[in-house]
Amino acid sequence: MAPPVNRRTSYSRKAQYSTFAAYVAGVLGVLGGGAVLASSVFGHSAFGWMHMLAADVEAPAARIGAQTRAGAGSALDVAGGFLTSGAENARLRREVALARTRAIETQAVVDENRRLKDQLHLLSDTPQPLANAWLIASSASSTRRYATISAGSAQGVQAGMPVRTAQGLVGRVLEVGHGAARILLVTDTESTVPVRRASDGTPAFINGKGDGTLQVRLLSLGLNPLKKGDVFVTSGAGGLYWPGTPMAQVVTLTHDGAIARPLSDPAASEMVAVQPAWEPTADPTLPPPAPDVPPPPPKKPKAPKGTKTGKPGAAGEKHHP
Amino acid sequence: MMPARTKTPKLVTVSMPWLAYATPWAAIMLASCLPLWPVIASAPVMPPFGYLMLLAWRQLRPGLLPVWCGALLGLFDDMVSGQPMGSAITLWSATMLALDVIEARFPWRNFLTEWLVAAVMIAIYILLGLGIANAANFAGFAVMPVVVAPQIGLSILVYPLVGRTVAAIDRWRLRRYRVAA
Repeated sequence: MAPPVNRRTSYSRKAQYSTFAAYVAGVLGVLGGGAVLASSVFGHSAFGWMHMLAADVEAPAARIGAQTRAGAGSALDVAGGFLTSGAENARLRREVALARTRAIETQAVVDENRRLKDQLHLLSDTPQPLANAWLIASSASSTRRYATISAGSAQGVQAGMPVRTAQGLVGRVLEVGHGAARILLVTDTESTVPVRRASDGTPAFINGKGDGTLQVRLLSLGLNPLKKGDVFVTSGAGGLYWPGTPMAQVVTLTHDGAIARPLSDPAASEMVAVQPAWEPTADPTLPPPAPDVPPPPPKKPKAPKGTKTGKPGAAGEKHHP
Repeated sequence: MMPARTKTPKLVTVSMPWLAYATPWAAIMLASCLPLWPVIASAPVMPPFGYLMLLAWRQLRPGLLPVWCGALLGLFDDMVSGQPMGSAITLWSATMLALDVIEARFPWRNFLTEWLVAAVMIAIYILLGLGIANAANFAGFAVMPVVVAPQIGLSILVYPLVGRTVAAIDRWRLRRYRVAA
């Protein structure tokens, strides 16, 4: 192909100066961009409002996108359902009959549970969701893992609130706009969630790896007690995520921990619930801290029972992720 | 009161200069938004369409976009992409300068050399973006470059398609309309 137009701009001084000025502006763009970049990486999110401005503007279009995604998924289900409807119907009838009995039994158990809890003056430890929202956009081309939800300060959402689906934890709110909020997904490399193993309470931290999987780091060093299939729930340590939210399942073991997969894959969940932030110090079910107790007798150093954090009584332990 | 005009309106051919100049900017900004919507991704999978579009416009029509456009378009891309603010401003400005240098050094070009240049630029851009996004988080960096390998491959493969799209937009941009005058 022929070379492009000759860039030598005639003998016109004006044309020469404007070409020169364009290059100066280009170099200034690099330098200015570098300065902005340094302040946004090493300073602390002075440009969040710009992200939120963009998120608010794009939210209506993105909401349509989210509903289309959901609709496309269910359309495939409908098409497939025509083929298997007969057998499915019979099976569902049997299941419903069974489930009705079970539901009545469960209701009785729930009632009894509530009565017993009332007697013990325990409050329910799962909060009512503050707002339900669509996951409307995500940073699919960046290596950071952010998503945008369709609820913002108008719905009472504030920064730091945990976001979950019925399956498990999705992330936490980072920046809030009027009708949209940006959330940091648990798979992001800067997300750290304090967790415990659901079966025995082994404490650990879960970091995102940026590629959709999670890194489990155990608090206690030594023999790796994890097994494939172990489920981790949030421990509530640090006071951000409500304790007991299902979080991740181990898929492969490493020498000092494990690789886990989030139980609620953000790619598969369109609807999320925003929960109020959890503050252990404001929890009325916890006993007040006793000021003048003698120090406890020294325990054995490796006692994971002592760090069981299902009901973290240590209101002072603070490690913010 | 004016008498009713009876003669047929004359048809003239016009071009729309403002449309012709604004289209590349609008197309690149739209392309920046493109990775946001189709999927909620749990890994970086979508090509950075804004950047691909910038490269394609620059290679198809050298001189149409000014050298400093990288800063403004990059600012918009930073607002929507999830990268730290300033990342695209810097990298897109540097890209515009680098392409100018390459063009002056190798003025003759064909499909393969353009694709090669774009592939190198895309790979560098995505890897630098990875480094920038994790600059404040040194622990995570060691294992990461594998994560973007599929994204780099996909972006390079998809680049000729973006080029064709840009060519189609370019024909539409320069279309002349016949209007009644």
